[in-house]
Amino acid sequence: MDAFTQLNGLVAPLDRANVDTDQIIPKQYLKSIKRTGFGDYLFDAWRFLDQGTIGMTPNERQLNREFALNLPEYQGASILIARDNFGCGSSREHAVWALKEFGFRAVLAPSFADIFFGNCFKNGVLPIILPADVLDGFFERAASGLQLSIDLQAQTVTDGEQAHGFEIDSALKEKMLKGMDDIDLTLAEAQLIRDFEVGHRQRQPWLFRD
Amino acid sequence: MSSEPKTLYDKIWAAHEVGRRADGNSLLYIDLQLLHEVTSPQAFEGLQLADRPLWRVDANLATPDHNVPTSGRELGFAGITDEVALEQVVTLDKNCKAFGVQQFEILDPRQGIVHVVGPEQGATMPGMTVVCGDSHTSTHGAFAALAQGIGTSEVEHVMATQCLVQNKAKNFAVNVTGALTDGVTAKDLVLAIIGRLGTAGATGHTIEYRGEAIRQLSMEGRMTLCNMSIEAGARAGLVAVDDTTISYLHGRPFAPKGEQWNQAEDYWRTLVSDEEAVFDASITIDASAVAPQVSWGTSPEMVAGIDEQVPDPAEMSDAVQAESTGLALKYMDLSAHQKITDIAISRVFIGSCTNARIEDLRSAAAQIRGGKVSPNVTEALVVPGSGLVKAQAEAEGLAEQFTQAGFQWRSAGCSMCLGMNPDQLGEGEHCASTSNRNFEGRQGYGGRTHLVSPAMAAAAAIHGRFVDIRDDQQGEG
Repeated sequence: MDAFTQLNGLVAPLDRANVDTDQIIPKQYLKSIKRTGFGDYLFDAWRFLDQGTIGMTPNERQLNREFALNLPEYQGASILIARDNFGCGSSREHAVWALKEFGFRAVLAPSFADIFFGNCFKNGVLPIILPADVLDGFFERAASGLQLSIDLQAQTVTDGEQAHGFEIDSALKEKMLKGMDDIDLTLAEAQLIRDFEVGHRQRQPWLFRD
Repeated sequence: MSSEPKTLYDKIWAAHEVGRRADGNSLLYIDLQLLHEVTSPQAFEGLQLADRPLWRVDANLATPDHNVPTSGRELGFAGITDEVALEQVVTLDKNCKAFGVQQFEILDPRQGIVHVVGPEQGATMPGMTVVCGDSHTSTHGAFAALAQGIGTSEVEHVMATQCLVQNKAKNFAVNVTGALTDGVTAKDLVLAIIGRLGTAGATGHTIEYRGEAIRQLSMEGRMTLCNMSIEAGARAGLVAVDDTTISYLHGRPFAPKGEQWNQAEDYWRTLVSDEEAVFDASITIDASAVAPQVSWGTSPEMVAGIDEQVPDPAEMSDAVQAESTGLALKYMDLSAHQKITDIAISRVFIGSCTNARIEDLRSAAAQIRGGKVSPNVTEALVVPGSGLVKAQAEAEGLAEQFTQAGFQWRSAGCSMCLGMNPDQLGEGEHCASTSNRNFEGRQGYGGRTHLVSPAMAAAAAIHGRFVDIRDDQQGEG
């Protein structure tokens, strides 16, 4: 997994609460058996005025020029600011794959849905929980080309004038800083799992079909 | 053993905690992983690239459901005209064969929606930990199993290690007192609960549904309830074990037999929260006050009783809520103060992991009463949750009642719940749907979903608009 240490980037605003993963990446694109190729379809029904299908490229599409991510001032943004409960709904990890491929490495919101939040950490995309009033300030200034600096080690988001601290689970932080592979980490405890399994099988033999 | 009172969730968690790391995260052992074609291919590919085996082949069970067409099923793979969808279904088949995973393949009579198939086979048992790359895995909590939806990286992690790395969630008690009235179902109850909690109201929590009204629900009703826990932000929902749970499981193909059944039953009966157990949060709902629910917006929290009106954003004090409501009404083409019974319907979908079990189909068929699908309704689909549900409904004569009334009787799959297969809403169409999400475009580009119970959906099909089925039952409809 890609490590995440620091990020200096342009902010793009998505001023809606409860943005669900069906909006982040609509169902018709989930038929792919790959982990890539989703960036072109990020927020598909909002970014485009026509109905897209898998395989279409953005220049074949009819752009919704009013949607924030299509405005010239937000081109090249790597930080998305959003409202409460971002990423609710379906567990599709394709939502994170789409955000990352589009260019976002961090999402800042007052709250996230659980499954989406966890999926971000599997892909080197940092979800940061910030107080709603701090985000209100970012939303107000986004249109003037707001640049933010994120320092994961220091747990700060700095907007030039002011550093805002954020909380993060220490294990998730470590994993992101080092870009560690979850499966390798757990397999290092394989013996512990095998030992547990022996007792588990004795206690509930009906759970084992082999 | 600590004598501290425990919730049901605490008990299942403790029975599966392999270890706790210095950083506070736990390794949680997983008993069953359900697999379908959409969220598993990248996980299988990851295993192959790293040359890792499945940790426990027998802990996995697969079936294709999201992409399969609901007509022309007898053609098998050849019935899938969308090449990209076909590749996904074929990939699941290949992966299951390569890794030795049991699969109810496309032509197997046991094929169906994973969350219908698992319980139907008795593969979901009390006290288990269950995962699937699908957020509606919470369904299986009806059996007092800790069942959670996970992303594809976690699917791969469970394949390789049989564990999830997790922090324990908090405990949330949803107490439901009294009894549901005639015409009001588990679907209405859960929509009312989500309306009350909000779509993020239980984030970070595991919900336990408790109280007299829950005890009175069938397993089908409990599955409907737990299924939509995720729509209130909870990754898992639970219902404690009782006689209803035990008798549902008895004799199912995967359930233990003989002496092992007795041993299992003794253990399963302990899977209730201790009387003194403390919950981090709770709400109480009076079941007798719940009316049939209809969603009017683009989030499952946007619901109203059938006897109510579409809300007015101008009357909302919370600016974000007012804005969301305004956007939703625009998308749904509804106006503030419009009566719910004045919403015209042109499509009907009876199906999904929420409401495609035999009891759901019986309850929908009971609303037909010799009527016909309204001429204003261009298509009314009934999609059973599994091949076995389909066969049973046919044996009971329900299928015939549906087709005679003008409904289409289809084969099992997720179908128009999310429209990955050819069953989709057209732009601007209003659909009475027994599914779980009314998000923009969920059932088809520009489609407008109204979440309802199977009985309400069937009644809407007959009338071409939403009706209060409680009136119907009094002979006034």
